[in-house]
Amino acid sequence: MPVITVGRDKLFEALGKQYTDDEFQDLCFAYGVELDDVTTERQQAAKEVAGTAAEAELSNQDDDEILYKIDIPANRYDMLCLEGIARALNIFKRPKECSVTYELADMSQRQPLKLTIKPDTALVRPFMVAAVLRGIKFDATRYKSFIDLQDKLHQNLCRQRSLVAIGTHDLGTLQPPFTYEALPPEAISFVPLKQTRSFRADELLTFYSENDKALRRYVPIIQDSLVFPVVLDANRTVMSMPPIINSAHSQITLETTDVFIDVTATDLTKAKMVLNILCTMFSQYAAQPFTTEPVEVVDALGNSTLYPDLSPTEMTVSVDAINRYIGTQLPGQQIANSLAKMALSGALTDDGKAVHVRVPPTRCDVLHACDVIEDVAIAHGYNNIHASVPQCATVGAELPINELSELLRGEMARAGYTEILTWALVSRDENFGKLRRPDDGTTAVVLSNPATVEFEVCRTSLLPGALKTLAESRSLPLPLKLFEVGDVVLLDSDAEAGARNERRLCAVCCAHSDTFEAMHGLLLWIMRALGVPCRLDGEAIPEGTQEERHPDKFQGYFGWKMSSDATFFPGRQATILSEGRPVGIFGIVHPEVSTAFKIPAPVAALELQLEPFVFDQFRNRLATHILQ
Amino acid sequence: MAELEVAVLRHVHEGEGGGDSAEVALAQQVDHLAVIGAVKSLESAEMITAEGYKKTEVELTADAKIYAESGSPEAHVYSQIPAEGISIPDLQKAIGGKQLPKDTASLGQRQAMAQKWVSIDRATKLLVRQVDSIEDTVQQQLQRVAAGKASELSEAEVKNLTKRKLLAVRTWTAYRLARGPKFALERKKQHTDLTVEMLRDGTWEKADFKAYNYAALCPQPLGGYLHPLLKVRSQFRKIFMQMGFEEMPTNAWLENSFWNFDSLFQPQQHPARDAHDTFFLTTPATTSMEKLPQDYVQVVRNTHERGIDGSRGYESYWKTSEAAKNLLRTHTTAVSARMLYRLAKICRDGTGEFQPAKYFSIDRVFRNEAIDRTHLAEFHQVEGVVCDRGLTLGNLIGMLREFFKRMGMPELRFKPAYNPYTEPSMEIFGYSNELGKWMELGNSGMFRPEMLRPMGFPEDVNVIAWGLSLERPTMILNKMNNIRDLFGHKVSLAAVGDNPVCRLGFQGHVVPPVAT
Repeated sequence: MPVITVGRDKLFEALGKQYTDDEFQDLCFAYGVELDDVTTERQQAAKEVAGTAAEAELSNQDDDEILYKIDIPANRYDMLCLEGIARALNIFKRPKECSVTYELADMSQRQPLKLTIKPDTALVRPFMVAAVLRGIKFDATRYKSFIDLQDKLHQNLCRQRSLVAIGTHDLGTLQPPFTYEALPPEAISFVPLKQTRSFRADELLTFYSENDKALRRYVPIIQDSLVFPVVLDANRTVMSMPPIINSAHSQITLETTDVFIDVTATDLTKAKMVLNILCTMFSQYAAQPFTTEPVEVVDALGNSTLYPDLSPTEMTVSVDAINRYIGTQLPGQQIANSLAKMALSGALTDDGKAVHVRVPPTRCDVLHACDVIEDVAIAHGYNNIHASVPQCATVGAELPINELSELLRGEMARAGYTEILTWALVSRDENFGKLRRPDDGTTAVVLSNPATVEFEVCRTSLLPGALKTLAESRSLPLPLKLFEVGDVVLLDSDAEAGARNERRLCAVCCAHSDTFEAMHGLLLWIMRALGVPCRLDGEAIPEGTQEERHPDKFQGYFGWKMSSDATFFPGRQATILSEGRPVGIFGIVHPEVSTAFKIPAPVAALELQLEPFVFDQFRNRLATHILQ
Repeated sequence: MAELEVAVLRHVHEGEGGGDSAEVALAQQVDHLAVIGAVKSLESAEMITAEGYKKTEVELTADAKIYAESGSPEAHVYSQIPAEGISIPDLQKAIGGKQLPKDTASLGQRQAMAQKWVSIDRATKLLVRQVDSIEDTVQQQLQRVAAGKASELSEAEVKNLTKRKLLAVRTWTAYRLARGPKFALERKKQHTDLTVEMLRDGTWEKADFKAYNYAALCPQPLGGYLHPLLKVRSQFRKIFMQMGFEEMPTNAWLENSFWNFDSLFQPQQHPARDAHDTFFLTTPATTSMEKLPQDYVQVVRNTHERGIDGSRGYESYWKTSEAAKNLLRTHTTAVSARMLYRLAKICRDGTGEFQPAKYFSIDRVFRNEAIDRTHLAEFHQVEGVVCDRGLTLGNLIGMLREFFKRMGMPELRFKPAYNPYTEPSMEIFGYSNELGKWMELGNSGMFRPEMLRPMGFPEDVNVIAWGLSLERPTMILNKMNNIRDLFGHKVSLAAVGDNPVCRLGFQGHVVPPVAT
């Protein structure tokens, strides 16, 4: 969620009322924004230099402006600046006095400014829209807010300028008509904002890559293109090279009165949204408040369109549908009126059965009737809605694999083992190297972009987590007996996304001696708990028993046989068999493995798949992987 | 021990019901501490009573004990002087050769000279005898003290010996003894435990049992323990089951973007789909999209691009390649989407009537976040989903009240929120009586028509859902402030053993009591 920092006193001035922090918090709560923090510029600066002498000095001064940091829902682009927040809350509190209509300037007496898009822009950044704000009165606060809003939009809706980029210009310095072109980098030269000399476009990108922390990240958006986008005026003066930088020539200042807004994009819908937000927010300060002068944009095919499009979106929603959705019995007229609080305008249809809703250009988050319904609910107050438990009769049910896991966890604790819960994300070395297992690339899921470097793969065994826990518990007296019931993830080309979970039980026993027998005994304990009898190879089937009639003499039985797994100590390890198939392993952990995990005492371990044991009381197998 | 107990009992008996522990020690020639042991044991058996009092007593210092045996320092000096006299270094050497305290020679010389037993010859500088014989009264006094007869010494003698650091004053506790209610000359055997032999031969009936010390702790049985977080998970599972919810198969941590995001109508340009929030994969990097239900994928695409059911959609191009990207699921709602798609089959196919459903899950989800006190890269999401005809926002509020009441949070408030796949959306706040403040508990909402209609649900079917993390309520429950103390290999095993059963979800009787 974007966090917007605004001066408290300026906000209250715009709201026409002084609030206590708590009162303001309550207003925010009802509307659905959040007062995240109350701070001052100095405190914020102090946080950055925390622990230094400067911190004490900064936080000791109290003549500082108080700042509100406000959390805004990610879809309310119209609340990314003080003007927008104040407007939305004002309308919410006093819809009659504060509602606003956004209009285009009357162009019947004059021609709109014209912008032509050249076809080559399709190669790099095909769309552009524009608008003009006339007679703007800037002061330091408004100017900063205007710049900050562009910045917030760039971070959010514009997706770091990759989708949309904004340029704003002092129209007085430019000569219309304008063109939007795509030119080879060698053909573009201009003095960029904040610089004093002229750069060639390719040279400028190199300069930013090397020297500018803020602009560096935008360079890759056009770097590899053969042509760079550029906005020019009639004199071929470069206005901006989107999405990187504007030219110093047309920079807006506190004295600027006429602002030309250029918005370039790879996504036209979002370009229009961004332009609408900028115009609706800052036309507040225009000579004719809330009025924007349109610009005629001629696209590459020669089609001419007037931007911005500030016309409202219209929607008709039935009163009954609204009440049925919320669970209220609000009269149609009340619903229509309440929409004004949310900056929508509602009118009851002639038959009184529906509300005709006009959605202003600021509310581009409204896509469907359900968005209108939410606004009715907010206007009514979430906490005023009558609560009732749904009446649908359903039965509860557990997933068999989880049901079995729950029961087995209890059995393990009863056997004297303590439960651990370890991370599924491990390093490659923990999952393979330290376990003396080769990574042939066919078992583990590999992460592409972990923020924490030790997370490289999804575990394919529960052992690393258990061994890491033993290492962390070195100071405790032995024996240590631990277990975990959890999933590992294995590559599996049959699964929809290419990997499946497998439920495992893992136990480790770290003691001075006799660990192998402890594990062997534990296996018998587990199988007793699972109700699975034992049959070792070569044992005769008792005559006349039911088992005799089974074709496979191992069906329904478990067993074990000596194994040679590199993770375990030779001669002290065995594969666990279920119905003759390997389903796990137990044994003394190889000394090189326990040493690699920094465990100073002998460790024995057991790891067992649980899916083969998911059956009901009649031994009918139950499904374990249902969706994939 | 038993002998000493008998001696104490006899002492009390002979003293006609009175006695003193110090006298017993003296008479028995044992350390007084041993007598105390016997006294305490008899006292707890109520055979005697014992009343402590402060006793001041002189006793020999360590050096004095040696002198009591071998003679006073001055006597040693006198006995070492031959007729012709001895030089002081020679005297020191002679006495130093004995097993005596190291300043015996100088102390003895000073005392012997004061007593005029010896003197220094001015001419030869040798120490010579002054008298023919001596009586070592200091030794005699010391021996009397050693024999417990310190009272025979005069006040002046005690003062002198104390000054010479041969006597020390000690204050200690002795006990005045008297008969107790169960006084006898011999002690009946006291048993600590009821044994199988006693039951067999019937002696338990007359046996005397030692009083148990109820003020002490004792060792606990050794055992295994369940993990604190998973104990809370078990209680949550019960709560859902009690409320008629069916568990969703969440045992698939790997998911593709299609189910994790697109099916939920989460726009392809949403920041959550950025690499810095979500774990994407190099192996297996993508899902081959032909494995997915093609008709459904097409409807989802259209919904994103152009909308459905009166919605505008996102009016942006929808990329199959973006949907195909695999990831570690960021929420279990990916599974809810799969379950709902399955539930809607009967409506899609037109083969039968829609059936309502209530689903729940508690399983791991993954976020590509740096680890700190409140964040892990993986945590457990608790999710509840109800799907039925005509569900309302009021139903969601009612369901949440019912659910959180069982978590001990009867008082709830709701704040409007934004979530790409729910509308209306509500953040849930609960009032904690314990902490005296409102706390954010989780998120909730009604799934958007843009998510449900493509699955094939009829228009009047709504879905209400809510989610919260398992870790946060568990941390509040266990008063923890570091999530790494709860999940991962650094959790203290001692803390796991100390954790009590989880009472989350306990309720009073649901049947109202019968009026009397």
